[in-house]
Amino acid sequence: MLNGKRSSCQGDENQMKKFGAKPNKKEKTAREKPPKTPWRDKAFPMGCIAPSFIGVMIFFIVPFIVILYYSVVDNPINKDFVFLDNYISLLHNSAFKKAALNTLKFSLTSVPLAVILGLALAMLLDAKIPLVSQFRASFLCPMMVPVASVVLIWQVIFHYNGTLNEFLAKFGIDKIDWLKSDKAMIVVTLLFLWKNLGYNMILFLSALGGISKDQLEVATLEGAGAWYKFFHIKLRHLSPTILFVAILSLINSFKVFREVYLLTGDYPYDSIYMLQHFMNNTFRSLDYQKLSAAAILMSIVIIVILALLFVAENKFGEDTE
Amino acid sequence: MTAQNTQKKVTPKRKFSRRQNKIVLAVMTVFAAVAAVIFLLPTVLTIANSFMSSSEISANYGAVFSTTESGGKTFISEKVNLKFIPDMVSFSQYYTVLFKSPDYLLKFWNSVILVVPIVIFQLAVAAFASYGFARLKGRLKEILFFVYVIVMMMPYQVTLVPNYLVSDALGILNTRWAIILPAVFTPYSVFILTKVMRRIPVSLIEAAKLDGASELQIFRYIALPLCKSVIYSVIILVFIDYWNMVEQPLILLSDENLYPLSVFLSRINSGEIGLAFAVATIYMIPTLLMFLYGEDYLVEGIAYSGGIKG
Repeated sequence: MLNGKRSSCQGDENQMKKFGAKPNKKEKTAREKPPKTPWRDKAFPMGCIAPSFIGVMIFFIVPFIVILYYSVVDNPINKDFVFLDNYISLLHNSAFKKAALNTLKFSLTSVPLAVILGLALAMLLDAKIPLVSQFRASFLCPMMVPVASVVLIWQVIFHYNGTLNEFLAKFGIDKIDWLKSDKAMIVVTLLFLWKNLGYNMILFLSALGGISKDQLEVATLEGAGAWYKFFHIKLRHLSPTILFVAILSLINSFKVFREVYLLTGDYPYDSIYMLQHFMNNTFRSLDYQKLSAAAILMSIVIIVILALLFVAENKFGEDTE
Repeated sequence: MTAQNTQKKVTPKRKFSRRQNKIVLAVMTVFAAVAAVIFLLPTVLTIANSFMSSSEISANYGAVFSTTESGGKTFISEKVNLKFIPDMVSFSQYYTVLFKSPDYLLKFWNSVILVVPIVIFQLAVAAFASYGFARLKGRLKEILFFVYVIVMMMPYQVTLVPNYLVSDALGILNTRWAIILPAVFTPYSVFILTKVMRRIPVSLIEAAKLDGASELQIFRYIALPLCKSVIYSVIILVFIDYWNMVEQPLILLSDENLYPLSVFLSRINSGEIGLAFAVATIYMIPTLLMFLYGEDYLVEGIAYSGGIKG
């Protein structure tokens, strides 16, 4: 049932992409000589957006501009313009460097894994295996379970005296303090994957459902093998989705603090000291300059990533048609 | 039903012989089964453990939790015993949680009165806004939509700083409003709903207009019913997101009495681990119920969230 809907939705989006650029130009010329009806037509939709727009302005955009301002003055009372000094001191701050490095390390390992394993799960469910809907449900389940609920089990498994160490001891492997050593990153990565793979899998599944069956059929008739079909047809069609899933996982990987906090509390082992820990500590000392500069730096990174995605989506959109 | 569909979708691999095909399929199924067990394990174990009596819990997990809190001197048992089935099914933990220690229920209630208003008002604001976005055209609208996407994608590290400043300025810091208000205007559901609203044919709206329907009537009786299923899925997605929140209360609330259960669960001390399993299970009931009844909606909603263009 869903497959049908999904594919029709994709067709629609492709169409939107195709025609997306042209109506705007017409719109522009229309705005220069405004006929009377469009304004009356526009009034209601604009009124619809208004509450949300005001809220977003008050809670996100305006304070963001204030932060931008804070990040270039010496303090909120003096307000002396210091330009990039706050950023420079932030980049020299050892806690920030450590947190940024850890977050980067975590992202670089977990994002490729999240994409590849998510795609693998989707391919698995897209094959003719039995019990597909049961499998789908079990892969999605972690997404629905609050991390706080299952964190006790993770602690039991990965504790120094925990199940995993007991299990490894049977093979003569020494105890490893999973949560309080450099191995902590592995645990956090596992928890991240466990939580996020289901979502990625669904995105891939819907993209796989959108690939035209005719094309695959033709390829089969012409004697294409499974591998050829995968690399030359499926992967090509999936490339926008792969990109999107990668970006989404990257952004989710910035959010991994939640899991780390629940597993290890305020003061985790050094190797999993994330940017959010740094922000939390800075919040406590109410150092607005450091906080603002860090927030601005991060948002610049995110905006650049999103802009790249936007450009790439436009390009891929033309490519696949 | 879904299974049948997936079966139809895959083209027969004619290059393989039937037997080879069967072997490949069997291997894949085994892979999927192993993965499924791993994915379900933590949840199932949490639920199973909630039915153990507190003495059984401390016998099983004493080695873990006595060391996490008090520095490793009071061992109750040397070994950890991860078990699926309790020796004796006991509801004592639930009894304690529900009738003896009101603190947990209070925190559960905290979660409810944070999350329910967020879901209702975010949906209300988003339904209107997405309809507006779907009906408008032009460069300005596209720029605004992109701004929404950026706000949506910002990690908490970034958005919490503006949230804190505004809450401080409005004097709502350390009240529930500090969490509810920014969450209501988070553009996540606007983003997904706009994608659906855009698919409503313009001709349908024009026809309704000719029939004399007012703009509000068109919204209420045409647009909303058409995206009902996606609205359900957005409700589920928003609910689980905030039911799971940790970052916002930590920063915006200093009074621990206001903390939702999601934050409080990690602070339960070692003496009450048995209780913790029961509380954790109670805490996942709402989301698991939503999952059971709304899995298809959820899947549809996730599928809609692919791609950042509106």
